[in-house]
Amino acid sequence: MSPRRMAVRRFVKHRAALISLIILGIMVLFILLAPFTARYGVNEAVFKTSPEKPNSFLSPRGIAWLGTDDIGRDLYSRLIYGLRVSILIGLASAFFGTILGVAIGAVAGLRGGWIDDLLMRVTDLFLAFPFLVTLLVLRSVMSNVPWLKPIVGNPTSIRFVVILFVLFGWMGVARLMRGQVLALKEREFVEAARALGASNTRIVLRHLLPNSAGPILVALTFAVSGNIIAEATLGFFGYGPQPGAGATSLGKLVGGAKGALLPGYWWLVVFPCVILILVSLCVNFVGDGLRDATDPKLDGNR
Amino acid sequence: MTVEPILAVDGLVKHFTVKTARGVRAYKNTVQAVSNVSFSVRPGETLGLVGESGSGKTTVGRCILRLIEPTAGSVRFQGEELVGMRAERLRELRRDMQIVFQDPYASLDPRLTVGTSIAEPLEVQRIPGDHRARVKELLELVGLSPDHSRRFPHEFSGGQRQRIGIARALASNPKLLVLDEPVSALDVSIQAGVVNLLADLQDQLGLAYVFIAHDLSVVRHVSHNVAVMYLGKLVEVATAETLYERASHPYTRALLSAIPVPDPGVERGRRRIMLEGDVPSPIDPPSGCRFRTRCPKAQDHCAVEEPALVDRGQGHPVACHFPD
Amino acid sequence: MTNEVVLSLRDFRVTFPTLFGDVQAVRGIDLDVRAGEIVGVVGESGSGKSVTFLGLMGLLPKGARISGSATVNGTELVGAPRQVLREVRGRKVAMIFQDPLSALNPTHRIGHQIVEMIRAHQSMSKAAAMERAIELLNDVGIPQPRERARQYPHEFSGGMRQRVMIAMAIANDPDVLIADEPTTALDVTVQAQILEILQKIQSERQAAIVLITHDLGVVARVADRVQGMYAGRVVERGPVAALYDHPSHPYTQGLLRSLPSVGRDRLVPIPGSPPNMIEPPSGCAFRVRCPHAIDRCSLEVPTLRVVGDLESACLRADELRSVGP
Repeated sequence: MSPRRMAVRRFVKHRAALISLIILGIMVLFILLAPFTARYGVNEAVFKTSPEKPNSFLSPRGIAWLGTDDIGRDLYSRLIYGLRVSILIGLASAFFGTILGVAIGAVAGLRGGWIDDLLMRVTDLFLAFPFLVTLLVLRSVMSNVPWLKPIVGNPTSIRFVVILFVLFGWMGVARLMRGQVLALKEREFVEAARALGASNTRIVLRHLLPNSAGPILVALTFAVSGNIIAEATLGFFGYGPQPGAGATSLGKLVGGAKGALLPGYWWLVVFPCVILILVSLCVNFVGDGLRDATDPKLDGNR
Repeated sequence: MTVEPILAVDGLVKHFTVKTARGVRAYKNTVQAVSNVSFSVRPGETLGLVGESGSGKTTVGRCILRLIEPTAGSVRFQGEELVGMRAERLRELRRDMQIVFQDPYASLDPRLTVGTSIAEPLEVQRIPGDHRARVKELLELVGLSPDHSRRFPHEFSGGQRQRIGIARALASNPKLLVLDEPVSALDVSIQAGVVNLLADLQDQLGLAYVFIAHDLSVVRHVSHNVAVMYLGKLVEVATAETLYERASHPYTRALLSAIPVPDPGVERGRRRIMLEGDVPSPIDPPSGCRFRTRCPKAQDHCAVEEPALVDRGQGHPVACHFPD
Repeated sequence: MTNEVVLSLRDFRVTFPTLFGDVQAVRGIDLDVRAGEIVGVVGESGSGKSVTFLGLMGLLPKGARISGSATVNGTELVGAPRQVLREVRGRKVAMIFQDPLSALNPTHRIGHQIVEMIRAHQSMSKAAAMERAIELLNDVGIPQPRERARQYPHEFSGGMRQRVMIAMAIANDPDVLIADEPTTALDVTVQAQILEILQKIQSERQAAIVLITHDLGVVARVADRVQGMYAGRVVERGPVAALYDHPSHPYTQGLLRSLPSVGRDRLVPIPGSPPNMIEPPSGCAFRVRCPHAIDRCSLEVPTLRVVGDLESACLRADELRSVGP
C-alpha cells in the first residue's frame, strides 16, 4: 500500500475532517454552478421596486430565502457569489504564499550559513509587522504610487488583495519548510542520494519536498482559512475587494450589515457570519484531518 | 607481484569545530575525530575497520567517499587523488565507489518505490540502458524477488531493506563499497544472510570492501585485514587471523576480551581484561598515547611520547610502546 | 538449593489495536523467576520479549489489552488498580531500559532524581535520602559520588548514565530487577562493566534479575537460566549451559548456527523473516521457517514439554534432540 493510500485511510478516520470535506465540497459545487444555484443575479433586485411595495430589508421568505438587503437584493444569491470571491482569494493567496514560503525556506535550510541567516532575518522582519495594520497602510501607499498600478492592479481588485496576502503570508511556511529541510537533510536517505552524486536541486525536488508535503499541506490549509477570515476583516472595514459592479465578497456582506442589527434586520448579519464561520471551521477541520493523515506515528505499528 | 591498492589513505585527518556554551561565554572546541589515519585496500579484499564510539571509524568511512570533507591528508582511489578533486570528476567517480548505511529504515526514501530508489544511481549518473531491467537484475542479485520493485520500503522487513540498500549501491557497478555497520541494526538470524550475501557478491563481482563495524565477530568473518581504531587513531592493523589470535595492542586485547561469546563454558571460565572508566572525549584527547588513561600497562613514558604505528617485531603495525 | 519464586507469569497475553488490525504481541507466556538468579529472555523482533515486561509493569500505551496472570511476591499485577501498580513499581519491581538518556530527566540533578525515587516509596528525610543516594552511586561504581550527585545527566557518559539508572532501580531494594536491553546501546568495553554490576546486584542483594536481550553472548556470560521467545511465545528454556550445548528447538538451533564462530566458513541464516504479529501463522509460528516442520505443526500450538534438562515447545523435540547446532 502506498504512503498516499495510507494517508487517505488516516484522513478518513478523522470523522470531523471527512464531514467538513463533504460540506466544503457541496459549497464549492454551489459556487461552481452559480448561475443555476443562485436564484437571482448578484446585483439584481428581487422584483421591480415600486413605490407602494418596497422590497428592501425583507425578512426570509419564499421569494428571498435569506431575506434582502437595503436595495432589495437577494441575500442568498449574493452569498453564493460572495463566497466564490472569498474562497478564490483564500485559495489563490494561500497557494502562492505557500510556494513563495517553500522556496525561501528550502534555500535557507539547504544552503545554511549566511544565506540562511539573511533569509531568516528578512522573515523575522516581515513577521514583525502587524498584519492588518500593515495591510491597510500598504493599501493606501500602493494606491498612491502610480508605477505600481500595472503590477498590482487597482487597490479594489482581487489581484491587489491576493498580492498583499501573499506578501505577508509566506513567513510561516518559510520557517516550517526550513525546519523540515534541516531535519531531513541529515537523514540517511538524503545522504545516500548525495553519495550517488545527486545535485542539490534533485535532492530538494525528489526527496525533500515530497517528504515535507505533509506539514506543508497542513500549513496551506490553515492559510486558506486564515486568509478567508483576513479578507472578511478587510471587507468589514470597507477595504476589501470590490470586483466589478455590485459584486461582493463575504467580507463586504458582513461589513455591509454593520448598521443592520439595530433596526432589527438580523438576517443580514446572521447568515453571512454563519457562512463565514462554517467555511473557516470546515477548512480548519480538513487541515486537522490532513495533519493526522500525514503523521505516520499514528499508525500504531512499528 | 604486488597488486596496486584500489584505495590508499594516507595521513587522513578530520577535525570538527563545535561551539559549546558555558554560562554566557561560548567556546570553540575542536573535535579531533580522525588523526593521521593511513591504510590501503586491495581490489577484491575486505578491510575491517573496528572501534567503539568516538573511535572515528564512521568519519573515516565518510571521508573516503568525501561525503565529509577531510581536513587534511590524502585519499587515493584507483590511483586518483580524491581530496581537492574537481566536483565533476568526483561526481563521475562516484559510480565506482558507493556506500551502504547502517539503518535500513532510514536509508531508503519512504516515498519512493523500491525500484525507483535502486534506479536512482542509474538516473543520476546517466547510465544508458534499460533501467527497469537492471533493477530487476539487481533485486535478483541480492536475493529478492524482481516483482517487488513497485513496492514501498515499509512493506519490507529490516533484512530485506538492507538488501535493497545493497542493490542500490551496486547499481552503478562500483569497485569499492564502504559498508557502515551494515548488519548492526538487523536481527541476529538475519545478519547471517546479509553477511553471506556480501561475501558472495565480493567473490562474484570482485568488490573491495571497507567494512566498518563494532561487532568483532562479524568483522572477523568477512575481513581479510582488520584495523583497530581508538579515539581517532589506528592502534593496530593485521590480518584477521593474526588479530584475533595474536593481538598485541592492549586495547585490542581488552576489546577481544570484552566481547561476549555465545558459549557459557568459555564465557564463565575466561579471564577478563576490564578497562576502567569511559572513552575520553575526542575534544581533549590524552597526551602521548591516547589509550593510556585506561590502559592496564600504562607507564610514564606513554604520556610523553605518542607511539607510532609500526611493526615492533610482531609482524604487523602496532601503536604501543609496550606491546605484548 | 531453590530460592523462592519472586516473579511469576501465567498465560500472559498482550494485544495492541493498530490501523491494520490487532497485533498479538504476547500469546501466552509462563515464567518463574527466583530470588538470586538471572534469567535471560532472548528473542528477536516480534518475539514480544520487551512487551511482556512493559505490560506487567503497566507501561504500555492505553489501547493495550493484557490478560493472564503476573504476580510479584504474590501480588497480582494484571488488572490491578492503579494504586497497587504504583506501589509495586519501583518498590518491588524495578526496570531499566536501553536508552538511559531518555529515562533520566535532563533538568534535574542526578542526586535529586535518585532521592525522588527513594522518597516515593520510603519515608525518609531529604538528607537521609541523599546520603543513601550517594551510597548507591558508590555501589554502582561511580567515582566521586558526592560530587557527581550534583551533576546533570548530560554531564555523564553513556555507561555512567546506565549505572545511574541501575542505582535508581535498586534504590528501594526491589525483589525483581528487569533490565531491557541494558547494554545494547553501549560500547563493548562498557558493556562488560555494566554486566559486572548486574552480577554484583545478583549476588549481594539476592535480587531476581530478568535480562532481556538479543545478544546470545551476553546471556551466555551472566544468565543462569534462559528463556527463548519467538512470535509471542516461549519456544525453549532451561539452564544456560544445557541450552547452548544441546538445544532441542529448531529456532534455538538455527539461531546458534547463524552466529559467526571460529571454525565456520559460511554462516547459516534462518530463512524467511520475523513473523507478522497481526496474522501470525497458525499452530507453531516458526513452522514457516523451520526445516523440520510437518503438517501437524500448523494445526497444534506446541506447548512446553520436558526434553532432558530443557523444556521445548516443539512437537518433534524428542526426535530432534540429537541434532545439535
